[in-house]
This record gives sequence, structure tokens and C-alpha cells, in this order.
Amino acid sequence: MLAFIVLLPWLAVPAFVLSARGPRSLAPWLAACADALALGVLLALAPRVFDGEVLSWSMPWVPQIGLAFSLRLDGLSFLFTLLILAIGMLVILYARYYLSNEARLDRFFALLMLFTGAMLGIVLSENLLLLFVFWELTGLSSFLLIGYWSNKAGARDGARIALAVTGSGGLALLAGVLLLGHVAGSFELSRVLAAGAQVQASPYYSVILVLILLGAFTKSAQVPFHFWLPGAMAAPTPVSAYLHSATMVKAGIFLLARLYPVLAGSDIWFYALTVVGLVTLVFAAYQAMFRHDLKGLLAYSTVSHLGLITLLLGIGTPLSAVAALFHVINHATFKASLFMAAGIIDHECGTRDMRRINGLWRYMPYTGLLAMVAAAAMAGVPLVNGFLSKEMFFGEALALERGGGLQWILPLAAVMGGVFSVAYSLRFIHDVFFLARPLHTPRIPHEPPRWLRIPVEILVAVCLLVGLFPGAIVQSLLTVSAQALLGTAPPGFSLALWHGVNEPLVMSMIALSGGVLLYFLVQYGLDLHSHVQSRNLAKRIFDRAVLALAGLADAGARNAYRGGMTTGVSLTILTALFVGLFPFFTSTAGPGTAHTHPSDAMALAAFALMCAASIGTMFAHRRRVEAIVLLSVVGLGVTLCFVHFSAPDLALTQLAVETVSILLLLLALNHLPQEAPPEAAVDHTVRHFLLAGVVGAGVGWLTWAMLTRPLESISGYFLRNSVPQGGGTNVVNVILVDFRAFDTYGEITVIAIAALGVASMLAALELPRRETDARGRAWSRETRFLPLDLLVRLLLPLALLVSLHLFVRGHNQPGGGFVAGLVAAVALVLLYVGRGTAWSSARIGRDFAATAMAGLLVALGTGAAAMLLGAPFLTSSHGHVQLPLVGTVPLASAMLFDLGVFLTVLGSTLLILTRLGLRGAGALAKQP
Amino acid sequence: MSMELLTAVGVGVLAMAGVYLLLRARMFSVLLGLTLLSYAINVFVFASGRLRVGMPPIVGSHGDYADPLAQALVLTAIVIGFAMTAFVVVLAIAAHVRLGHDRVEPDAEEMDR
Repeated sequence: MLAFIVLLPWLAVPAFVLSARGPRSLAPWLAACADALALGVLLALAPRVFDGEVLSWSMPWVPQIGLAFSLRLDGLSFLFTLLILAIGMLVILYARYYLSNEARLDRFFALLMLFTGAMLGIVLSENLLLLFVFWELTGLSSFLLIGYWSNKAGARDGARIALAVTGSGGLALLAGVLLLGHVAGSFELSRVLAAGAQVQASPYYSVILVLILLGAFTKSAQVPFHFWLPGAMAAPTPVSAYLHSATMVKAGIFLLARLYPVLAGSDIWFYALTVVGLVTLVFAAYQAMFRHDLKGLLAYSTVSHLGLITLLLGIGTPLSAVAALFHVINHATFKASLFMAAGIIDHECGTRDMRRINGLWRYMPYTGLLAMVAAAAMAGVPLVNGFLSKEMFFGEALALERGGGLQWILPLAAVMGGVFSVAYSLRFIHDVFFLARPLHTPRIPHEPPRWLRIPVEILVAVCLLVGLFPGAIVQSLLTVSAQALLGTAPPGFSLALWHGVNEPLVMSMIALSGGVLLYFLVQYGLDLHSHVQSRNLAKRIFDRAVLALAGLADAGARNAYRGGMTTGVSLTILTALFVGLFPFFTSTAGPGTAHTHPSDAMALAAFALMCAASIGTMFAHRRRVEAIVLLSVVGLGVTLCFVHFSAPDLALTQLAVETVSILLLLLALNHLPQEAPPEAAVDHTVRHFLLAGVVGAGVGWLTWAMLTRPLESISGYFLRNSVPQGGGTNVVNVILVDFRAFDTYGEITVIAIAALGVASMLAALELPRRETDARGRAWSRETRFLPLDLLVRLLLPLALLVSLHLFVRGHNQPGGGFVAGLVAAVALVLLYVGRGTAWSSARIGRDFAATAMAGLLVALGTGAAAMLLGAPFLTSSHGHVQLPLVGTVPLASAMLFDLGVFLTVLGSTLLILTRLGLRGAGALAKQP
Repeated sequence: MSMELLTAVGVGVLAMAGVYLLLRARMFSVLLGLTLLSYAINVFVFASGRLRVGMPPIVGSHGDYADPLAQALVLTAIVIGFAMTAFVVVLAIAAHVRLGHDRVEPDAEEMDR
């Protein structure tokens, strides 16, 4: 059940690929369904969580390093999961209407779901290493989301900086987690959380803490790492509403809360968190007042509130932890609604600059009302939820019992932060909705469509309800999550609107009145709109550092590489040569004493052919058609060598590949010069010849030394077990499709990727049309070559039959998916050569990419089927099937895998050759 | 001349021709060189399973077998080699279209850029 919550959003991702062809509203529906299902599962589990149970689920992954796919649902993860899914749902709805003009909705929602899944993974991980994996995944997917409008420089920069900052924090986190797991003796949270005393007594404690805090502070945008967050505002607003309210930036907070029982309580924890949190709180709140960009203001406000939560966690009393969690909920709701409101304003006015949008009240009073309530929550005005957690914060600030001078500073700074936050909240409302008439907005604003407002309405309603009836709504949720955070039951606390006149209330009132005063002073007294924003110091330092690094790399590259390839290749070869020669001087590199075999006529012929043809290619390389012919002779020599030395499978494969390679090179010549004049200026023929000679001698010597030494091979295992375990007598094939099937799976994936790469590169290429060859003779327009055509018609069925034969017998006799796929490809390609591309394409079809993908899916499906039966990925089984008339037929599941190989090889080869051929033919066919 | 020596010479010559062509100033020659070099490497890896005549690794046909592991390694290498060559071929074509020539060394004016 638990795994479903994490996996549901990801399961939806492949569906988006298909939805690209469907109607536009399909993608948001898919996303909403995945989200709703996950939410349903979560709610179904809720009663057990509220009973104090810790649900867990586990599957081994890499037990050798302590990595398991294990999940855990307790009160703390429940709270965060609920926020992620619930706000996620509203964001999906909002994005559906906000991005209605966007071309690729499927891509956006696929990324959003990828991010949601990663985020859920963080909060539900039981294993710390798994948590780190998800942590990095959120970084990567948020990179793609922030940079969604990748044609804008600001979006690219913002995404890059976010990735760089949170990514480097992630590295620190990894180191911290590894150390923590080492000290605690396990990466499983249930054991780590119980090892608090052991960890704090360890000499590594301070190192662990600093590393993990680096990870959390970068993710949660604490000063001085806060600068990535304002930059990330280049993201589409639904993304900001999601990432910067309930998810991404809360990941750092979650980590601190999760590890609270292990790491909290020490002096380092207390000082690091309170000081960093306090500075962030006050500094960012101050900065927020002076942002002219609506989202910029909200970004700094987010940073400031994150500082507040960090500070609360740092204070370290049970009650402050409760307040931290309460503020997590409150901040998520009001900040998400504010971002959405800002998006609506941006949408309606065409700008987010508060110097240009004023007096919107008369155009969109309803949106204004919603924004007012949410901003009141942000400022901590009574009756709304933000007020309650801020009260608790003030109370905790006053009750601080440690930290010396901090006891005085903290309450003062808290009020100061409160004053600033009231001021910027007021600015958000007053500047946008009142102040004056709209100035120079690109559009005349009006109320947004109904559906765009609904998510905001829901969130604002939650803000109000929590603010009015906190005890009824969040008390039990807070209790159960605080219990999971602290590891013990939290002290009794009462959430209520009215506690009587006490010190926190006085502080709130001071902050409120002070904030109002400050805002009007700054707005009218200092002429806020003329304030020039200073550039962020931390970002400037970061930019400088990046520039310096890039400059350094550039200088290094300039020295090593001057634009040409030959120099680089020579250097590489020389280096390899030097490294290769090294052992000759240090150890015995001479030939061994193993028994050698006298050569026979066949071997002599094969190698003579190979050598003569390769030397021929060397000298004929300028006359390119001849060079290709000679190269194919080399290939034949290699094939003969395989035939002679007991490798029938290799010989078959080499022969088929030889055919398609020659075709490939000939097709390439269609687009390249057919002959190359000698290079006049710089052609270091002699030098290169010497270098090549030394390399050849070295490689030859190495081969000789290897062949004259005794062989220690692990192949005995494969030979012994091929029949009993793999059910096939052709050991090479059994290795490929059974023993090492996972490797093969990777390899066919590479082949398919290369083929797709070829196809997409060609699609983007404008190939010039060629009228004549190098000597001025016109190209023949004849697409049909009669003799070959007749021959192919005769041979094609036979060749396909041969291919089938090779495939079926492949498990026991030479053959198999690779060879059969190549043979079928060669046969079909011959048809193209004989009848021209247009005729053949019309009959065979063009979608070879689909064939290759189908092959990969078949191979993957075979492997996954084994998992469904409880065996590891790609475990094979085999048996014998009785068929009527035919008799007993040996059947191995590996054959199905081999079918995948066959289809992938066939599809990829045809994709490469026909695309290249079609480009050429297309260029020719344009001829009037 | 033993078979082992013959193979060593063969692999050496293939490698020599490959490296020489790799260092030519034209993309097409570089392609030829890469292909030759991959032949050399394939034969080398294959030979690391030692040279056996008439002992294909088909269980049951006889008592002793050639090394199947080296063969399996080389088999996929051959096919992947083709796919990679195709990729480089298209890169070469794209470069030719963009630059108008197929030299791998830049012109004087390209150096200035």
C-alpha cells in the first residue's frame, strides 16, 4: 500500500507520453487521477497512523551497502504527504487553467508528477540512502520545472543556480548520511532514530551535523544559500506555488524534523539552527519589503518563513517543535494561495511589477479579497492561521532558557521580523489593489475564469477555518506528527484563538502596528517605487565563482585543444602508448611459455587477406569508394578468422554487420565528397606513420605476450551450466540471453538509442541536394535496378526464412536474435536497394523506431515477468512443450528475451539505413 | 610461424592502419580508421579466449570447447560497433553540411573565431 503512494505519480509518467497524442485535457486528468488515488490510499491508512502505528514496507535493493527500498509512514510523514498530495491536487487544477495556452501540457504534467513522486519518496523513506536518492531526484526534476520555459535566459539561469546550490548541498548530505549510517550501524531510520545517544557521543557527531545541515540549509534556502530561491521565480507560477510552499523548500525542514531525535539537543544544533534561522528570518523579511516583483516579494517571504521554522526547530523544546510543524502547515496553505493569486494578477495584467500594477480593487475585488485573507495569514493577523503559529513562536522566543545573550536578542528580533513581515504583506495588498490607478499594464485586468480561482478559494478557506477553529481541525494531526518528530508524546498544548492578554499577544500587536507604520513610512516617506533594488551579494559571489571556474576550464581547454582533432587524437594515443609502455620497464613483459600451435593454410589465408586489405585501405583512403571495398575485404578476413577459430556465431554476425556497414558507408558517401585531395599545408604523414607503426607493434606484442601465456578463464562455469540452467546448447547464445541477459539488455538499449540519435539528427539536418558527382556526371534518377530487383524478389522470402531459422535454433545452434535480426535487416535493405526507397517504404512501413521500441519492451517485459513470479529480474526458466504433430519442442523463456533482441536489432538497423537512404532519396526526388 | 604469432601480427597491422587513418585530416578517413581499430580490438578480445580450431562452443558436439565468454563479449561489441559507426557517420555528415568541408582541422579563419 505504502509503495503505491510513492509510485502512483511515477506510474502516470509513461502515460503522458501516450497522452501527447490525445486531447489536451487528458494530461491534467491523468495527473489528477494519480494524485487522487495516492491521496485516497493515504487517507485509508490515516486511522492506523492516528492510532500511533508506524506503517512500514520494505524491499531489498542493494543489501551489500545497506540500501533498501523501504518506506515508513508515521505521523510526521503523514503530515508532509498530506500537504504534498493535497496542495499538489490544487496546483494541478490551477495549472490546467493557468497554462491553457501552453503547447505541451503533457510535458509539464509529466515533470510535475516526476517531482511529486520524488518528493513523496523523501518524506516516506525509511532508508536514509533511499531518502538521498529521492532528494537528488527532487533536485533534478525541480531543475527541469524551474527551467520549463527553456527559451528564456532567466529560466535557464534560475534552474542552473538552483541545481548547483541544492546539488552541492546534496553532496554534503550524502557524506553526512553515510557517516551517520556508519555511526548508527544502519541506514534504516527505525534504528538510526533509536541511536541518538550513540550518535551524539560519537566523535563524528559535529561533522555529521554540519554536513547534514548543509544539505538541509541549501534545500530550504537559508542564508547564505537563499539566493537560488528568488532566481527560481522564473518558473511558471504553478511550479512556484508548489515548490516554494509545500514541497521542495520544505524538504530541508522535513530532514531536520526527521532526524530531530538523533541530532537535536546539542549546543551545535541549538546555535547553528537558531542563529541561521534568525538571520534568515529577519534579513529575508527586510529584503521582501523592497522587491518590486510580486513573486520576488513572495520568494523572500518564503525564505523568511523557512528561517522561522528552522529557528523553531533549533530552540529545541517540545513545544517549539509543535509550533514548527504548525507553521509548516500554515505557511504551505497561505503561501500556495498567495503564489496562485500572484499568478492570476500576472495573468490578468501581463506584468508582475508592483510599480505598474496598482488599484486593481476596482477591477478584481473578489481576487483582492482572497489575497487579503491569505496576506493576513502571512502577516500573522488574528482570525487567520498564520496568527496562531506566530503567537506560539513569540511565546517560545520569550520562554527561551539557554543561549545567554540570545535570550534577549531572540524576542527582539522576533518582533522585528514580525514588523517586516506585516509591512511586506501590507505592501502586497495595498500596492497592488489600492494606491492608484493601474499604470501601463499591458492588458486591462478583469476577474479570472472561475476554475482558476477555485484552488485559491479552497486554500483561503483552510486558512480561515484553521485560524478560527484550530483545536478542532489540526490538533490531532499536530499531536500525532509531533509525536513522530520528537520520538515521545508531546506535552499537552491547546490551540485556541484567545488565550487572554499575555506577552505574545502584546508582541503581535506591536508587530502589527509597527508593520503598518513602517510600510506607510517607506511607501510615502521614502518613495518606495523609486527604490533601486540592490543586487544580491550572495548571488554576486556565486556568479563570480562560476565565471572564474569557467574561465579556468576555458584556459585549460584552450591550451590542450586548439580546435583541431588530429592533435587531440595524437595526444591521446601518445598518452596511451606511454602508459602501455610503462610495464615493459618495470616487470617482465616478454612472451610466456605456453604451447603454441602451428598455423595452417586457412589461418594464413585469413590473416594475409586481413593485413593486405588493411594496408590497402591505409593507402587508398583518398579514393573513397575503393577504400570502402578494401575495408569490406578486411571484414571478410576477420569473418574467416572467426570461422576458422571456432566462433560460428561471431562469423555470422560479422558477415551481416559487414554488409550493413558497407551500405552505411556508401550512403554516407552520398553526402560527403567522394574523393579527397591531399592536404597541401599540414599533413604530417611521416610522423603519423611512425606513431601508427609504434602503436601497431605495441598492440601486436601485447597480443603475442597474451597468447603465449596460460589461460585462466571462468568459462568453465558457463559450459557446465549452459544446458542444466539455461536449457540451450549454444553457450554463446545462452550467455547473451540468460547468464548475462542484463548486460545484453543494456547493450540493445544502447543500440536503440544510437539509432534514435541517428534518426533525430538526420531529421534536424538540411541536406543539400546533389546534382552531379565529383566529376560532373549527372546522378541517375533511376530508383529501380532490375537485375537486383528480380534477384531480391526471389531471395527475400528465402532470406527471411533463413533469419527465422537462425532465430529459432539460436539457443542450441549458431544463430540467435542478434544474427537473425541482422540477416532480416540485410534482406529488407536489399529490397530498398533494388526497388528504391519510396516503393519499399510504402510496402514495409516506415516506423522502425516503433519496432526497436517494441523489442526493448519485449525484453523488459520478459525480465519483469520473472519478477512477478518472485524471481530476480530476467531470471529465465525453460522446459519442453508437447505440440501435436510436431512433437517435443524445447522452450526457454530466454527465447522471448531473444525475440526482444531480434526486434531491437532489426528495427534499429533498418531505422539507421532507411533514414539515411531516405534523406538522400528525398534530396534527389526534389528534382523537378 | 605459429597461429599465435600470426594473430599477433594481424592485430598489430589492423591497429597500425587504424591509428594512421584516425590521424588523417578528413572525417571519412577517420571513420575508416575507427572501423579498422574496432576490428583490431574485437579480434584481440576474441583471441584472449585463445585460438581453437574446430571446437565451437556448442555443448554436446565434442569434448573440448573454445571460450564462449570472449565470443559473447565480441558478438555484442560487433553490433554496438555498427550502431556507433552509424552515429559518427551522421555526425560527420552534419559537420560537412554545417562547415562545407569535411576536414577535422579548422581553417585559419575558423581558428580566429
